[in-house]
Amino acid sequence: MKHLVILGAGTAGTMMANHLSHHLKRPDWRISIIDEKTEHHYQPGYLFLPFDIYEPEDIVKSIDEFIPKTVDLIQGSIEKVVPEENKVLMADGNVFVYDIMIVATGAKIAPEETTGMKGSEWHHSVFDFYTFEGALNLRNKLRDWQGGKLVIHITEMPIKCPVAPLEFAFLADSYFKHKHMRDKVEITYVTPLSGAFTKPKATATLEHLLEEKHIQIESDFAIEQVDNENKKIIDYGGREIPFDLLVTVPTNKGDALMERSGMGDDLNYVPTHKATLQSKNYQNVFVLGDASNIPASKAGSVAHFEAEILTENILRYVKGEPLKEEFDGHANCFIETGGGKALLIDFNYTHEPVEGTFPFPGLGPLRLMKESRMNHMGKLAFRWVYWHMLLKGTHIPFVSATMSEKGKHYDTATTH
Amino acid sequence: MEKVIAGKTIHVNDEGFMTDFKEWDNTVGEALATENEISLTPRHWEVLGYLQTEYKNEVPLSIRKIGKSGVVDIKEFYALFPKAPLKTATKIAGIPKPASCI
Repeated sequence: MKHLVILGAGTAGTMMANHLSHHLKRPDWRISIIDEKTEHHYQPGYLFLPFDIYEPEDIVKSIDEFIPKTVDLIQGSIEKVVPEENKVLMADGNVFVYDIMIVATGAKIAPEETTGMKGSEWHHSVFDFYTFEGALNLRNKLRDWQGGKLVIHITEMPIKCPVAPLEFAFLADSYFKHKHMRDKVEITYVTPLSGAFTKPKATATLEHLLEEKHIQIESDFAIEQVDNENKKIIDYGGREIPFDLLVTVPTNKGDALMERSGMGDDLNYVPTHKATLQSKNYQNVFVLGDASNIPASKAGSVAHFEAEILTENILRYVKGEPLKEEFDGHANCFIETGGGKALLIDFNYTHEPVEGTFPFPGLGPLRLMKESRMNHMGKLAFRWVYWHMLLKGTHIPFVSATMSEKGKHYDTATTH
Repeated sequence: MEKVIAGKTIHVNDEGFMTDFKEWDNTVGEALATENEISLTPRHWEVLGYLQTEYKNEVPLSIRKIGKSGVVDIKEFYALFPKAPLKTATKIAGIPKPASCI
């Protein structure tokens, strides 16, 4: 019996287990999925936790609830992978030999990469919201914060969900308005990029929104250290930004397991072919989700589109057929803009987000790159879609894995 | 769009980054540096040369990578090309603005 092993039972790994369980069956195939965690977190929910929009129970479910019964869920930690020998060595001494391995070990924050970030003020006046603990501690802080300088900060790219810090800024504006204390809070958005976002048209739209909400932007800021004593962040050029409350997105890195196994780059991301999702170094290893180094957004929607294409490629690999070079970097993200509204962006490797309608050209009902209440409803509905459709690998109707150019208002030359 | 600099015609995008590296030479580099209020020292040229080599080898550029390159540390990189060093240095070097991913 052949063995397919999936590392990581997060969004990407769980989707692959569900997809493949329909195709690779006993007695020919055994599928195993390995994770040390027992909880599955709806990570987009971390954004809403600090503002008391979601409760912890909206975000956390049991990991085994989403793994098909025909797949072996192995809960334990991995010591090391030896890809040259097709082996996964477990911390408890067990060894799994695989024919095919899928790496879906994700990315996590590494605040220790920045001097002083994990210092005496960590989770007192310096918070992250990319972990459950960080988001929850921040919620408790915000509940009785009296106001002052709120600094929202990105350490370096790439990060998971690159729009999340902007959404945090917009939701903070809304939150303090509701608490009738917006005049007591000065919000500053600090980014290493030269504008609000990575793509020109979306940057223009988002910067306009920041301005409208009286959020200052400080761009091109490459942080050198957090000064805990004087409560300020300092960049390599000596620029200083004072804070009373710092909400930072620390450096993101791939899992340390990839470093231990010699499979990662300088940020522990696994070198991956961007159109086939096959590892660049090992033919029988495939990578999806945040764990890979492909130049696509690190986002659940990307993992979802990748999973549809990777399933097909794994079946081709099993049959000895050439892989399809089909993944186009498709991402689809709702951006909460506060006040019960949201934007929607849809883009890929070559086409930046533009205005238009989605998913039906000319009809919508969702509008691209324009604030609307319908988009916000879409974002909230997405949590249901995530638990009930996305993780199970159910195809989302009318939304294809590769991006459609229909209904989008491109200029004549739009490739970036 | 086209732009005339140091007596030469070059092609740039709307942010002023050159779109054809073959049009770049040292005098174009000097002129682009002057536009960005930088006067180039031998140290600047070393860094520009390194960035161009990495670009030709299709290595994606980031502040982190440059800091670990052994050519220049991040502090000095900022001292040489103040404010937004990666953006300014790549512009003067005649290579595309690093995508810094998404």
